[in-house]
Amino acid sequence: MPAAEFALARPTTDRLVVQLGGPWTMSGGIPDAAPLEQALGSGAPPRTIGFEAAGLGEWDSALLIFLTRLAELSGTRGVTVDRSGLPEGVQRLLSLAEAVPERQGARGGGGAPPFLARVGLAAQSAAATAGEFVSFLGLLAIAFAALARRRARFRWSDLLLFIQQAGADALPIVTLIAFLVGVIMAFVGAIQLQKFGAAIFIADLVGIAVVREMGALMTGIVMAGRTGAAFAAQLGTMKVTQEIDALTTMGIDPLEFLVLPRALALMLMMPLLALYANLIGVIGGAVIAAGMLDIGPQIYFRELVRAVSLTDLLGGVFKASVYGVLIAIAGCLRGMQSGSSASAVGDAATSAVVTGIVLIVCACGLFAVLFYVLGI
Amino acid sequence: MATNGTPASPAGTAPRIAVRDLTMAFGSFVLMRDLTFTVQSRDIFIIMGGSGCGKSTLLRHLIGLIEPAKGDIAYDGHSFTRASSLEREQTLRRLGILYQSGALFSSMTLAENVGLPLGEFTRLTAAEVREVAALKLALVGLKGFEDFYPSQISGGMQKRAGLARAMALDPDILFFDEPSAGLDPISSRLLDELILELRDSLGATIVVVTHELASIFAIGNNCIFLDVDSRTAIAHGDPKALRDHSDQPAVRRFLRRGAEETEAPPHG
Repeated sequence: MPAAEFALARPTTDRLVVQLGGPWTMSGGIPDAAPLEQALGSGAPPRTIGFEAAGLGEWDSALLIFLTRLAELSGTRGVTVDRSGLPEGVQRLLSLAEAVPERQGARGGGGAPPFLARVGLAAQSAAATAGEFVSFLGLLAIAFAALARRRARFRWSDLLLFIQQAGADALPIVTLIAFLVGVIMAFVGAIQLQKFGAAIFIADLVGIAVVREMGALMTGIVMAGRTGAAFAAQLGTMKVTQEIDALTTMGIDPLEFLVLPRALALMLMMPLLALYANLIGVIGGAVIAAGMLDIGPQIYFRELVRAVSLTDLLGGVFKASVYGVLIAIAGCLRGMQSGSSASAVGDAATSAVVTGIVLIVCACGLFAVLFYVLGI
Repeated sequence: MATNGTPASPAGTAPRIAVRDLTMAFGSFVLMRDLTFTVQSRDIFIIMGGSGCGKSTLLRHLIGLIEPAKGDIAYDGHSFTRASSLEREQTLRRLGILYQSGALFSSMTLAENVGLPLGEFTRLTAAEVREVAALKLALVGLKGFEDFYPSQISGGMQKRAGLARAMALDPDILFFDEPSAGLDPISSRLLDELILELRDSLGATIVVVTHELASIFAIGNNCIFLDVDSRTAIAHGDPKALRDHSDQPAVRRFLRRGAEETEAPPHG
């Protein structure tokens, strides 16, 4: 396959002629401009550069790139380029590309800022995030106050829909996760307890761990990934389609109309889901107890009821409702903050899950300390 | 009565919209500065300019979605920028806004979309709300589509449904953000005719953001031209007069699709 080529001729000392030959296509590659640079940099540089295109075959942007490089090389050396020898199409495209001067400052960035500046920016953005979170919490509290005064504007049918989405629709995944958590804890515990011949305490171990901590925690993490992300994506998309603007200019507070029913649904459903997860987790433990340790369901549940107090249960359910609030806030906040593009909605959903899980785990740690201090 | 865009208003009546020294900025980046213009009652006022010059941003300032960096926006002589949130809500209820994409609530049917402001802000019963919603949909040519969801109808129909929702509360002022964007020439012409019809029958004042020349000349009787290079408005007035007699070459070029001056200006 013939390649793009050029030769240099010097009819007079003042004039350099570039003779273009062969096909100049991007698939064939762009020839190196080094010989040209040499000719321009030599002891007696030419004043003008001309072209001969008699041998030129087909051409595309490859030729234009080469000519742009040439223009830059000659521009820095004060050599004028005479384009009259080029095909007419090439001349027109080049003048089109030069028609609008480069906008000052249009090239973004200017490199990454230095390390210290990045640390500072990160700290500022973390502080801003915390501020946004607190102010969103405040706005949400105001919306709930409006709800208590029966003046909140939202559709009850929306609330019922979200209750279904955040409640009944979540049962299969919560069942799976809670059952497996119960099984895993019982399995790990069974091996240790067998060594001491204290196999019956498997019920205490699984019961207390699931009811006090894991039921609420695992439900929270599942719901953050499932419903928190969905809320963020829904609200973010509404931002893109200007639905949120439309609500605002209609005089309807989007926080009341969109966020309130979502938050309310999650707050109502999380304790119920956690109760359900407790039951399923305990059953998971019972399966291992019966299968590995030959402890029948009756004995298992009698021991369980003895070990787990009502306080444990209520504590777990209380945690679950707090996690529900946190997930709803994280999801709705990220959704409302979303930018107006497809990728921004994706970022909002991701960020909602991350924020939700971080908040849940932090709250879980806080509760552990708090409950210990209070002696619960 | 066509006004010629001079900031002065007829004695005794405050202009529908009065914008004074408005500066639009994002942080330290100033998009447009020192915008001063008035919109009279029953005007069809066009906000025009090249792409990215801040036409839609100006509209978002007018309806309170963005706070001005400086300056004041007043409706009927009452400042909107400095109003309390309650007063703002009352002003907003007199405005109807058609967003670029229609901005219909995707989880609601067309009738529910149009009926939402009616249900929230009037004492109509549910059945009456539905009747009014059906009427508004019929006005924009969507009779029989009451129970469709926005995703089930075409883009042009979504836009018309958005207009029906904007008209739900019989607003005094209607805002249109790029009404003809994404519409074929015939639909866009029909929408223009609908806009004229709304002005004449409802007596509404209409503000349109657009750069469609055909629309500008067909419906506009007053306009403001935002210039991206000087970052301010460089022309006000009747678009047809500006096309023929503006002292700003950029405005004449824009209104003639870039055609040169040699073309004989069509008088009349």
